[in-house]
Amino acid sequence: MKGMRKQLLVLACVVLPLSQPTYAEPKSGYEYVKPETRIMQDDDFANPGLITVEKGEELFNKKMATGKACADCHGSEGEKFNKKRLATYPVYKNRTKEIITLQRRINDCRSNFSDDELETDHPDLLALETFVRNRAKGEKINMKTDGAVAELLKKGEKLYTTRYGLIDMSCQHCHDFYPGQMIRGQKISQGQTNGFPAYRLATGEIANVHMRIQQCMDLLRADPFETDSEEIKLLGLYMMSRSNGLPIETPAVRY
Amino acid sequence: MTLSAKKWLVTSLTFSVLFFPLTSTSADAPSEMPPAEPYCEWKVEDFAINEPLCGYAGDAERGRAIATDGSRGNCLACHLLPVDGIEAYGTIGPPLAGIGARQTEGFIRLRVVDTRNINPMSIMPGFYRDPKLINRPGKPYIGRTFLTAQQVEDVIAYLVSLK
Repeated sequence: MKGMRKQLLVLACVVLPLSQPTYAEPKSGYEYVKPETRIMQDDDFANPGLITVEKGEELFNKKMATGKACADCHGSEGEKFNKKRLATYPVYKNRTKEIITLQRRINDCRSNFSDDELETDHPDLLALETFVRNRAKGEKINMKTDGAVAELLKKGEKLYTTRYGLIDMSCQHCHDFYPGQMIRGQKISQGQTNGFPAYRLATGEIANVHMRIQQCMDLLRADPFETDSEEIKLLGLYMMSRSNGLPIETPAVRY
Repeated sequence: MTLSAKKWLVTSLTFSVLFFPLTSTSADAPSEMPPAEPYCEWKVEDFAINEPLCGYAGDAERGRAIATDGSRGNCLACHLLPVDGIEAYGTIGPPLAGIGARQTEGFIRLRVVDTRNINPMSIMPGFYRDPKLINRPGKPYIGRTFLTAQQVEDVIAYLVSLK
């Protein structure tokens, strides 16, 4: 019996590291930021991201050139949105074989009713994205990961584990191997996306997942993936899939 | 340059300055950085690089300044160093106090130059890797090593002095 237990232990030591992700369970970046940052996030008056949410709400209610406003269909506070549906973004559009981020979906919808289409990550579009995502705050992320998406996630994972730039690290190096450790005065997080678009203390601005990836690549002294590139969509998709099950915190406050 | 690209650049530069600050001369344009120096080949023998890079002699005093400077060595981002007046150290790598008593100069040189010769999965940047091996270097950094050969030798002289 004792011998068998030992065998089991050896087996567990060999098999478990191979079969499990390097972190036990997804943890929101909320758990890695400093306590005062959490307090700032939780207080709607102190959270600077709320300014962007309010700006988004204004734009949501503002009539476009054709006289139509987002609020006409979705309600002045976006109350007609299906929160569960919002929590599934980014989604894969089979017909056009494209990854559709929430921001892209908002822009597509606007262009259906007006010519007021905006360029990707335009401050107005980012504000709308932040507002709409905020409508589903608390809803658990539920991105679809099977079917055609499964293949895309493999590509995204490849990008996640590739080294970039003069600092020559992959996303995995920090966010899978060292979450909880300090890099100077900041704790490394798991790189979860549930708080994004988030207000960043380091930049004093709101960033969505794609922008945050670009900012991180710049930090690595790498040539960041371009806005709207296939790479950034795949990496963003993969990173969101890692956050499945975590509640949406938009707008989170992060370093 | 589009509006969003410009905004992104400003944001990302701000972030770099805070985290891995660029030197004030390099923050604006790559043309203001000194031209890239020719790369010197190095050789690994018995998990050590025994010959100094480009044959340069290191200066421990300069090395200490480079190691603690966030825009150059930035060793503090991950390692504890026996330096006074530092608010926060990283905890990713091992503490480096006494490293000169524990390891040989050649081994330390390999660790600093390209630690992946010892651990292929290491998170530690190679401070003197062949620029041709760098994937997607940022435009200002194309053809460059993280530190110059002289800077690496200075850092090594400093680390060796930590007995």
